[in-house]
Amino acid sequence: MYDAGKIIFGLIIFVILFSSPIWLNLAGNPGYKPDIKYPVNEKECIAPREYMNHNHMEILNDWRDKVVRADIRFYNQNAKPFLIDGKPAEMSLTHTCLKCHSNKSEFCDRCHNFLAVKPYCWECHVTPEEVQK
Amino acid sequence: MNRRNFIKIVSFGGVLTVASKMTLDAFADAHKGNGKAVKRWAMIIDTKKCAEQENCTKCMDACNTIHNIPHFDNKKDEVKWIWKEKFEHAFITSENPYLSEKINKRQIPLLCNHCDNPPCTEVCPTQATWKREDGIVMMDWHRCIGCRYCIAACPFGSRSFNWRDPRENIENLNEAFPTRTKGVVEKCTFCDERIARGQIPACVEACEAKAMHFGDLNDANSELRKILVNNFSIRRKPELGTSPEVYYLV
Amino acid sequence: MLEKAFTGSKKYWAWIIFLLVIIGISFIFYLKQFSIGLTVTGLSRDVSWGFYIAQFTFLVGVAASAVMVVLPYYLHNYKAFSKITILGEFLAIGAVIMCMLFIFVDMGQPLRILNVFLHPTFHSMMFWDSVSLFGYLVLNVLISMVTLGAEKNGVPPPHWIKPIIIFSIPWAVSIHTVTAFLYSGLAARPFWMSAIMAPRFLATAFAAGPALLLLIIFILRKITKFNVGKEPVQKLAVIITYAMILNVFFLLLEMFTAYYSGITEHTLHFKLLYTGLEGNNTLVPYMWTSMILAIISLYFLINPKTRHNEKILAFSCAAVFLSIWIDKGLGMIVAGFIPNPLGEVVVYNPTLTELMISLGVYAIGALIITGLYKIVLTARNQIKYKL
Repeated sequence: MYDAGKIIFGLIIFVILFSSPIWLNLAGNPGYKPDIKYPVNEKECIAPREYMNHNHMEILNDWRDKVVRADIRFYNQNAKPFLIDGKPAEMSLTHTCLKCHSNKSEFCDRCHNFLAVKPYCWECHVTPEEVQK
Repeated sequence: MNRRNFIKIVSFGGVLTVASKMTLDAFADAHKGNGKAVKRWAMIIDTKKCAEQENCTKCMDACNTIHNIPHFDNKKDEVKWIWKEKFEHAFITSENPYLSEKINKRQIPLLCNHCDNPPCTEVCPTQATWKREDGIVMMDWHRCIGCRYCIAACPFGSRSFNWRDPRENIENLNEAFPTRTKGVVEKCTFCDERIARGQIPACVEACEAKAMHFGDLNDANSELRKILVNNFSIRRKPELGTSPEVYYLV
Repeated sequence: MLEKAFTGSKKYWAWIIFLLVIIGISFIFYLKQFSIGLTVTGLSRDVSWGFYIAQFTFLVGVAASAVMVVLPYYLHNYKAFSKITILGEFLAIGAVIMCMLFIFVDMGQPLRILNVFLHPTFHSMMFWDSVSLFGYLVLNVLISMVTLGAEKNGVPPPHWIKPIIIFSIPWAVSIHTVTAFLYSGLAARPFWMSAIMAPRFLATAFAAGPALLLLIIFILRKITKFNVGKEPVQKLAVIITYAMILNVFFLLLEMFTAYYSGITEHTLHFKLLYTGLEGNNTLVPYMWTSMILAIISLYFLINPKTRHNEKILAFSCAAVFLSIWIDKGLGMIVAGFIPNPLGEVVVYNPTLTELMISLGVYAIGALIITGLYKIVLTARNQIKYKL
């Protein structure tokens, strides 16, 4: 290889820079974390926070297919953890999720903007803020 | 015949059987005879009673409000789920140059007929529209790719397309129901979200002339069946074989 | 071999850059349509398919026409077509890609296009159309790559390509039949509800496609060393003649059924096209131009003296192509929608945005065909100008 020294040196610099987000986060302080505002009065979601954090999109897609395509709109009594106050939750973004998480810009958007995620659900699904406007 | 050829023939025959069953199933009728009483939702519109309330728009207003129907000044972009037309347009195959003035003047509410043999669901390439077991021709706005084949296939002009983003042109946003987005086809869904809660479609409820009836045709004791037995009813373009389930009393 | 498309004379590059400029401008118009929606076109609630779908319908025919050179050569060993089968296949590739692009620009939610394959719907003709178009593209790419590669290396093509080529023949017929089924299965549109839709589509395809191919062969003869001689040209001319005769005959058959039966539902659409309807006369001059061009082209094609005169033949091919383009690309789709299902007569005119986007798609097709033809002519060492 010609100029092997320069090339390998440059490659190492590149790999370090390219992987910097990974080892910077592992080192401890990841820096800015989105400041999301949880609903004030309601303490119980349909499922635990960690689970919702990871799976809310899967849940919503499942609801979409069940409600729209199969006309199934409520969980049955045995469907733990998807209960609210012990009652079967309605599978609805508007009637269930947005009833408590009514401030999209302070909840949903905070994480989505941080991660540059643009779900196009909002093109159709109306949020309470829009109605107030 | 040696072993190799035998295996070839059996596996080919097996594949053929499976493939043909799959094909036949795809074309099979949606009716599943599992013994349970399946509802068949239908609607009756009494055009005489409707015409008694001149210039009434209650059914259209109710639908437009709760379903976030946009209003556009440009007729090109029009979106409508239920609207009124003159008799000669609603029942175009009943051409009659000497039709009585009284009937000619009537405005007939038109909407999706939720046909029993819908040509629109037949052509949809993604099953974004399909016929439910209870007869409602349903829409999935998540899946629609906006190809507008269903619009071409509908003999009644019941379907609308979102040529642009409808949001800005909605008067009062109803939080409880989503809007649609540009690029998808939409139409009346017999208020499936209200039926799921045991209610009747908003237009039927809002009709002040009590000219609209909604019910289950499979129920021999339903009000719908009684009305149909006792009155002369017609449907739009019955000769096309789509079997529309909106019956008109004239 | 693809690198052969990237070397060429000044004239070649001037043409390529010209096409790229058109494509660039057209793309800007498409961005506008993508952002605002299809309201930027002339389409409406009543005329929901228009210029885009009409171009798609026309180009499916051009794509299918490759079979008119493949069938005689591979199935019947008609040696005279040996040099032009690859040209037919490359033309088919360009046409199919244009078809797919026209469908893409016509869709309301183009980013969801994979839904057609994620949720296959066997009772929908549009699903089968997507399958057959995609399959036809794959077939033609494979066949042309393998046969041209073999020709360049001076060896006969591998034996396994022969059944694939034979298979492409019914497949070509199928892409146009299934496109015709898109229309002829709709009870809602009496203008299209005709069993002769599919035969008409095939007849127009086998006239317009080879006519375009012949025109391209004449152009190539002028600007390159490519010269197939008289026999293939005359054979193609005969094929075009018969196909055009059938096309005009089928059209007259359709007119007879509509006008003699007098069924209002059917006659109104013909009236819209040929005499105007309730003030909507937009399409009348075009349709009569198409009719006149068809008759003139037939006169010059049927007469052997004028068919053998290659200058007049070129004119006849252009007339055939234009006549069929007007018939399918302007008239057929719009007339299916007017009058609408409620009997109302509306107007449809494509907008500038619509036409510019369409021009861009045609330019992309021209670019692909130019590149592919450059490859084959360079491989055959038949480029006239310095590389």
